[in-house]
Amino acid sequence: MDALGLARSQFAITTVYHFFFVPLTLGLSLITAIMETIYVCKGDETYKRMAKFWGKLFLINFAVGVVTGLVQEFQFGMNWSEYSRFVGDIFGAPLAIEGLTAFFLEATFIGLWVFGWEKLSKRVHALAIWMVALGTTISALWILVANSFMHFPVGYELVDGRPILSNFAELIFNPHVFTQFPHTVFSGYVTGAFFVIGISVFHLLKKKNVDFYAKSFKVGTLVALVSIGGVILVGHAQAQLMVKQQPMKMAAAEALWDSEDPASLSLLTISDEKTGTTSVDIRIPHALSLLSYNTLTGEVRGINDLQREYEATYGPGNYVPSVFMNYWSFRIMIGAGFLMAFLVLVAFFIWWKKKFKLESKWWYLLTAAITLPYMANTTGWLLTELGRQPWVVYGLLKTSDAVSPNVPAAFVMTSLAVFTVLYGLLMVVDVTLMVKFARAGVEDDQPAIQAKAG
Amino acid sequence: MDLQVLWFVLVAVLYTGFFVLEGFDFGVGILLPFIGRKDEEKRAAINTIGPVWDANEVWLVLAGGATFAAFPQWYATLFSGFYLPLLLILVALILRGVSFEFRGKVEDPRWHATWDTTAFIGSLLPPLLFGVAFANMLRGVPIDGNMNYTGGFFNLLNVYALFGGLTFLALSALLGALFLNLKTAGSVQETAAKIAARLSVPSFVLLTVFVVWTLITTRSTPAILAIVFGSISVLALLAGFIAVKAQRGGFAFGLTVLAIAMNVASIFASLFPNVMVSSTDLAFSLTIRNASSSVNTLTVMSIVVAIFLPVVLAYQVWNYWVFRKRITAKVEDLHY
Repeated sequence: MDALGLARSQFAITTVYHFFFVPLTLGLSLITAIMETIYVCKGDETYKRMAKFWGKLFLINFAVGVVTGLVQEFQFGMNWSEYSRFVGDIFGAPLAIEGLTAFFLEATFIGLWVFGWEKLSKRVHALAIWMVALGTTISALWILVANSFMHFPVGYELVDGRPILSNFAELIFNPHVFTQFPHTVFSGYVTGAFFVIGISVFHLLKKKNVDFYAKSFKVGTLVALVSIGGVILVGHAQAQLMVKQQPMKMAAAEALWDSEDPASLSLLTISDEKTGTTSVDIRIPHALSLLSYNTLTGEVRGINDLQREYEATYGPGNYVPSVFMNYWSFRIMIGAGFLMAFLVLVAFFIWWKKKFKLESKWWYLLTAAITLPYMANTTGWLLTELGRQPWVVYGLLKTSDAVSPNVPAAFVMTSLAVFTVLYGLLMVVDVTLMVKFARAGVEDDQPAIQAKAG
Repeated sequence: MDLQVLWFVLVAVLYTGFFVLEGFDFGVGILLPFIGRKDEEKRAAINTIGPVWDANEVWLVLAGGATFAAFPQWYATLFSGFYLPLLLILVALILRGVSFEFRGKVEDPRWHATWDTTAFIGSLLPPLLFGVAFANMLRGVPIDGNMNYTGGFFNLLNVYALFGGLTFLALSALLGALFLNLKTAGSVQETAAKIAARLSVPSFVLLTVFVVWTLITTRSTPAILAIVFGSISVLALLAGFIAVKAQRGGFAFGLTVLAIAMNVASIFASLFPNVMVSSTDLAFSLTIRNASSSVNTLTVMSIVVAIFLPVVLAYQVWNYWVFRKRITAKVEDLHY
């Protein structure tokens, strides 16, 4: 593999890995904050123990999220120096603002929360975890403002071929941000909610601390109910925007080789990407038009037509992203999403019927479902980023022109190997600790221990 | 003061914040193997920085982000050029960060020893390597007409740069010892005081030589401000040394903070108006003019900083205020 391929692999590995930890940070900080707020309002000690128990799992996850985030801040310069030079006038600002307005907030208040149980008043202590949750959300906003510029560049003018910031408000109010931000944040909340639901069900089946886990389960289900709806609704709007802003991504995600009006939705398409032909193609007529425009007709452009169009605009070259990756990422994401929506209804049913004395082993499926949001989060980002290829900044800069020209392949190979091994080891430790503490559960619900904890 | 100068100063301030704040928590990590044999002693040491180290590290993240936003060419040249040292710094910071959280999660001496080692290495490497990097930025490295670094890895390992690295390392360790002296009680405090006394002479010698070396190598006539800052730095550490002898821990800590801050200020003053010097051809050097963002971007960033930096400083100071008391080895007080 050449330096470009290695650099791309490294970016993919470090970023996907980082995003294993970010969504749980988003979700679990919110859920912990809700639990502690209930404790402050109602004075029920169980909610305090909940905040502590889920907070402990939150912290293990948070630590790895923070340290892998460090790499994100520096690797644009390390491996993508041409990219950094090209978009620096625009891309650097949201990154710096993220540090100033979000990272400080998270990092300072997490310290106050962890070490401040005895030093802060109840209310201020609960406020601390809200600040952490706010910080993670603000962080998501700024990084997505930066990312949205790569997908749909706005607020700039070209000076000597380089984009220069012309309108900061346009950059922030990029329509791309308005779907991507809520979609990402809601996904994070879903991740946290499934984590809490899954582990609570595990303990409810063991019939220990039923009150504790039933209450946790309810908070998780409530958050899941609101957020999964948000994810799906926003996701729909996002796909409609994709048809307009990045039609090639949608065409690849649907394996739609030729433009159609009315356009059909693929159920199963197997195509040969070299020749652009399909061997299996089962589609629902009108459905893609309906999803794209909320009407039964309307043209959705296909890969071949878009390729011709881009060649006319940008010159000769291959403008088709990997159809295989886009098509399957899209389907895994949506499949996992709807499966989660169904499971949330099941969880709500348990709550509604007050059947917290779970018997059937089948309920362990809700524990296994902790993996679903991770699948959806990862494939969602694969679709987002791979679907933009060959561009790194849509229509302005190609990925192949973005790489550092002076970093030899051997260096990138070294860092790729180092990160892969290091991240692999961290994953083992992180998952082992998570499983250990999640399995062990909260200390038994006895008055003596409760008094000590209080 | 125009915007490019303002942002040069702001980047300098952010790095100064990083070297001072993370300086003492790197120091605590570096001293971990020497602070005591018992687990409670090591735990007490780690817990002194528990509530603050993460926020201290954000100063580095922000310094990096601000460099990207205000001087994208500097960001691109520096981090692609100093690729392998930066990789080592990142690995170190990753290991260090998880060490604190993971260490206390399993009750097993070998587990503790493993994470103590990673915390030690992870705290030792960054000040050393950042010292090397800053010294090299000043001394000059091969940079071509397209602003790309053209040297290899070993170019960076010259005597002056390594000396700079050792200076940063010694100052961090000293500050860490002085911090522990203020924040702990009992045996840990006694050990920390002894270490501080032992480190103060070598730190003073290293700093003095480095400051003078910096002033004479980088230019034919040193910048006035660099001389002023450098002198204050050396004098502050000298006064700090006296304060250590007089067992005035608070003064010793404050004066060492001043010495580190002024040393960083002196480096930036020597660098100005360059941000990275090219040894290939001085005309290829990156300066605050040719490396900066547009006026529009710098204006927006200035407004954001004017609004948020005071808020950030306020809650950080409050954080230090909340945790102002000494850490005892009482287990209830410890999280890590």
